[in-house]
Amino acid sequence: MSEAETVRRGKGTIFLRIEICKGCSYCIDFCPTHCLEFSREFNRKGYHYPVLARPEDCTGCDLCGLYCPDFAIFGVRFKDLEKLKPPQGPEPLIPTRP
Amino acid sequence: MSATEAPGFKLGVDIDNPVMPYLRRDRIPHIWCPGCGIGTTVNCFARALTESGLNLDEVAIVSGIGCTGRVAGYLNLDSFHTTHGRAIPFATGLKLANPKLKVVVYSGDGDLFAIGGNHFVHAARRNMDIMVVCVNNFTYGMTGGQVAPTTPLGPTQTTMPYGNFENPFNLPFLADACGAVYVARWTVYHVKQLTRAMKEGLNKKGFVFIEALSPCPTLYSRRNRLGDGVDQVKYYKEKSVIKNDANTKDVALGFQSEIIVGKFVDRERPTWLEAMNEHLGRVLGERYTPYGVTHVED
Ligand SMILES: Cc1ncc(C[n+]2csc(CCOP(=O)(O)OP(=O)(O)O)c2C)c(N)n1
Ligand code: SF4
Ligand code: SF4
Ligand code: SF4
Ligand SMILES: [Mg+2]
Repeated sequence: MSEAETVRRGKGTIFLRIEICKGCSYCIDFCPTHCLEFSREFNRKGYHYPVLARPEDCTGCDLCGLYCPDFAIFGVRFKDLEKLKPPQGPEPLIPTRP
Repeated sequence: MSATEAPGFKLGVDIDNPVMPYLRRDRIPHIWCPGCGIGTTVNCFARALTESGLNLDEVAIVSGIGCTGRVAGYLNLDSFHTTHGRAIPFATGLKLANPKLKVVVYSGDGDLFAIGGNHFVHAARRNMDIMVVCVNNFTYGMTGGQVAPTTPLGPTQTTMPYGNFENPFNLPFLADACGAVYVARWTVYHVKQLTRAMKEGLNKKGFVFIEALSPCPTLYSRRNRLGDGVDQVKYYKEKSVIKNDANTKDVALGFQSEIIVGKFVDRERPTWLEAMNEHLGRVLGERYTPYGVTHVED
């Protein structure tokens, strides 16, 4: 999976902050479509992180996001992604509430 | 470094994890061990807050001491990290001083039921209008895995090297017997149900108790050769039986036994403030001005 990937397969995809993943495998074991697998690579802390091994199977259901105890991964549906507005400006210094 | 299949969207700018707005991001990554389930309960709580429709400026979260006690410090709400066992009395004071607030206590089994057990019993008896979330990992995580009042019979703990012989609390039964108006138990496997329970709890008036079973792989699981955190969550998946409205007498837990989960109690009873206003209004008549509102309307 590369950042340059542009072809969209499946109904959704995941976003992952690789460096805060602790490799617990919750997302991999409880993804309803079993589309995640461990990477061969380690992150800087030495953990294997998940990769979207079967992107065509990801529904963007965000169950991985609900399980991840480290807030590292989440899923999103392509149709919800399309509804998002382009960025309004830089990220605020003090995070705001929704 | 981040990874995605949607390269046009920048993580943290255009799109983010739904839990992020609820977190103090400068404190992430958190201190919890790999495979610890506390973070999963926080995801559920964040989703429940969104779904509850509550004004977040009127929600306060109070924790005691322990690994679970760190939750208050990670949430981007008005949060209070109190002394060990005293989350409930602190929350009671907060609620009575500002009855508009929705006050949530989020703490561990040791904090709430060992040193803080007395406070739990009385807040439930009085039907204090607070919601208590107990992350039950059957042990004192933060201090190294000592026996807790929730440790099932059998497993070893640092202070029970030959296995625990003390009878544990059945927490839903305790909460029910003391008068809680809402009692539910779920595990970190049941993320959707736990979210729904937390949402219902946030919108419920009176003393709400939610028990969330959660792995402590570092101490409880390792000491008892139960594998990683995820293995414990798989155990929850395999051995849980959903029995809504089960008699709380029948939901005690054994070591790696069947786990009865569900919403066990949902009833109405006057809260402490309602009872005081009603009683003093009747006794003192005109001379009494009712105090506070008892519930944040959604
Ligand atoms: C007055 C006092 N006594 C003892 C302690 C030590 N202590 C810190 S956390 C803790 C138990 C935590 O257990 P639990 O509430 O189950 O939280 P967990 O770490 O398992 O989430 C104890 C005994 C303390 N901090 N203060
Ligand atoms: S979004 Fe759903 S389908 Fe996609 S990886 Fe996550 S859990 Fe699996
Ligand atoms: S659940 Fe989160 S921390 Fe665990 S392996 Fe998946 S991304 Fe990493
Ligand atoms: S010691 Fe146990 S409860 Fe504490 S963070 Fe580690 S796994 Fe979680
Ligand atoms: Mg504990």
